[in-house]
Amino acid sequence: MTNEHKKFLQMVKKKNAEVRLAQIGILVAFVGIWELAARTELIDTFITSSPTRIVNTIVMLFESGQLFEHMGITLLEACLGFVIATMLGSIIAIVLWWSQTLRRILDPYVVVLNSLPKIALGPLIIIWIGAGLQSIVMICVLILIIITVISMLNAFLECDRDKIQLMKSMGANKWQILTKLVLPSSIPAFISVLKINVGMSWVGVIIGEYLVSRAGLGYLIVYGSAVFKLDLVMTSTILLCILAGGMYLLVAWFEAWVKKRRK
Amino acid sequence: MKQFLELDGVDLIYHSASGETPALKNVSLYVKKKEFVAVLGPSGCGKTTILSLIAGLLKPTCGRVLLNGQPAGEQKNHFGYMFQRDHLFSWRTIRQNVLLGLEVRGTKTKQNLEYAEALLNKYELWDFKDKYPSELSGGMKQRVALIRTLVLQPGILLLDEPFSALDYQTRQNVCNDVSRIISEEQKTAVLVTHDLAEAISMADRVIVLTARPGTVKAEFKIELSGEGSPFMRRRSPKFNGYFEAIWKELETNDK
Ligand SMILES: Nc1ncnc2c1ncn2[C@@H]1O[C@H](COP(=O)(O)OP(=O)(O)OP(=O)(O)O)[C@@H](O)[C@H]1O
Ligand SMILES: [Mg+2]
Repeated sequence: MTNEHKKFLQMVKKKNAEVRLAQIGILVAFVGIWELAARTELIDTFITSSPTRIVNTIVMLFESGQLFEHMGITLLEACLGFVIATMLGSIIAIVLWWSQTLRRILDPYVVVLNSLPKIALGPLIIIWIGAGLQSIVMICVLILIIITVISMLNAFLECDRDKIQLMKSMGANKWQILTKLVLPSSIPAFISVLKINVGMSWVGVIIGEYLVSRAGLGYLIVYGSAVFKLDLVMTSTILLCILAGGMYLLVAWFEAWVKKRRK
Repeated sequence: MKQFLELDGVDLIYHSASGETPALKNVSLYVKKKEFVAVLGPSGCGKTTILSLIAGLLKPTCGRVLLNGQPAGEQKNHFGYMFQRDHLFSWRTIRQNVLLGLEVRGTKTKQNLEYAEALLNKYELWDFKDKYPSELSGGMKQRVALIRTLVLQPGILLLDEPFSALDYQTRQNVCNDVSRIISEEQKTAVLVTHDLAEAISMADRVIVLTARPGTVKAEFKIELSGEGSPFMRRRSPKFNGYFEAIWKELETNDK
């Protein structure tokens, strides 16, 4: 390694460290100012809560055994919604790729379903399949699935026509073209769908919980605001941030892993 | 007389929502066994279309494409098609790319795998077998694409301007390589190109097409096979004679 390159690497490292420091700095400053403003009664903690009160609420939830129960339920719903919608959506996209006729027949329905605000179906779903986990997951799936189908189908259809011709010239059948060419070439699109869905699944679940639930972080938020326990609302929101961020990180790791494998 | 490979009065019209495009009109030509034929014509005259027809990827609107007197579309396995671009799959290593055709045909036998490895070795790609296409130069990728085609041991190679994406120097080298490989492996080959010099330096016979809709305009027998590689052939005194004759033909083509 040349000296020049060593210096370059050091500079890159320094820059990275600076960015990380600034990121942590912002968080610390924000929490610090919030706490300070609360202690000096610059803000009304009844409305804004404060870091100490949030920590206290978490401890209280933990001691009564409710913390993991509520987090667990919401996490389970989000994961179920995410996995079901992504898998089912991709399978539907494959079927539509396979059959041009079906694709053309269903096209207007897909367009209408896509533009429909899925939340409007919430009450219907609750009546049809009952209030509870199943209807929350269902609302979440509905919100994600159409966009998954559209994005994946577009990716499949964008597959290079000449590459398909190449496969055909080797004697490949449709199944081989799908598995050896169309699916692998759509992996980048699949990853961006994952990234969108991982965020949207939380939207779906929280909306679902607002509408029906008896448990979960969304329920805590609704309940907290109904009885004006803003500490609870704030705490739940922050827990939600942590869960959603964690799930996003998982997808980001998955992306890095795939990229490393494919170069 | 029954020819090895023959196009007989072939028309091809592309249909699309915006209208129809006649690409080929009454094309008749033949290729003898182990012959190297170049099809020369201006851009868009239907060269790729001719190869797609031979390979059975398209059906002629009119006329017949015959291999050994039988419809060629039913004998797809005899053809090895090398496209205008290398079309290597970026998510597969060089070795995996080369084996694609064997996987598709379900013929990954020990013998075929050994043949693939021998080809990689012979054409100096062995050290790169576990690399991905993005790590190779354009010329190397083109060679990989050729090996991917050869692994299937096709009787007839269809080459669609396989060098057009390369810079001049690499182009000459790959051109020499391909020409050597084809004569070593004793293949019949059909090369389409718009590069006159390339056609003369590689082929036994040059067929000139008109602009779209393409039809056969003239045919030139090239007797340079005694001269050796395309590089040597370009230096032959007879080369210029062919060059001028075909050039004239192409010029009248424009009018
Ligand atoms: N799928 C298609 N649908 C409609 N028209 C097409 C299609 N493919 C090719 N054509 C038209 O047919 C004509 C011949 O196309 P072809 O690709 O065979 O030309 P080419 O000689 O290979 O051109 P180039 O030298 O640019 O590769 C072109 O004018 C093209 O626009
Ligand atoms: Mg072409």
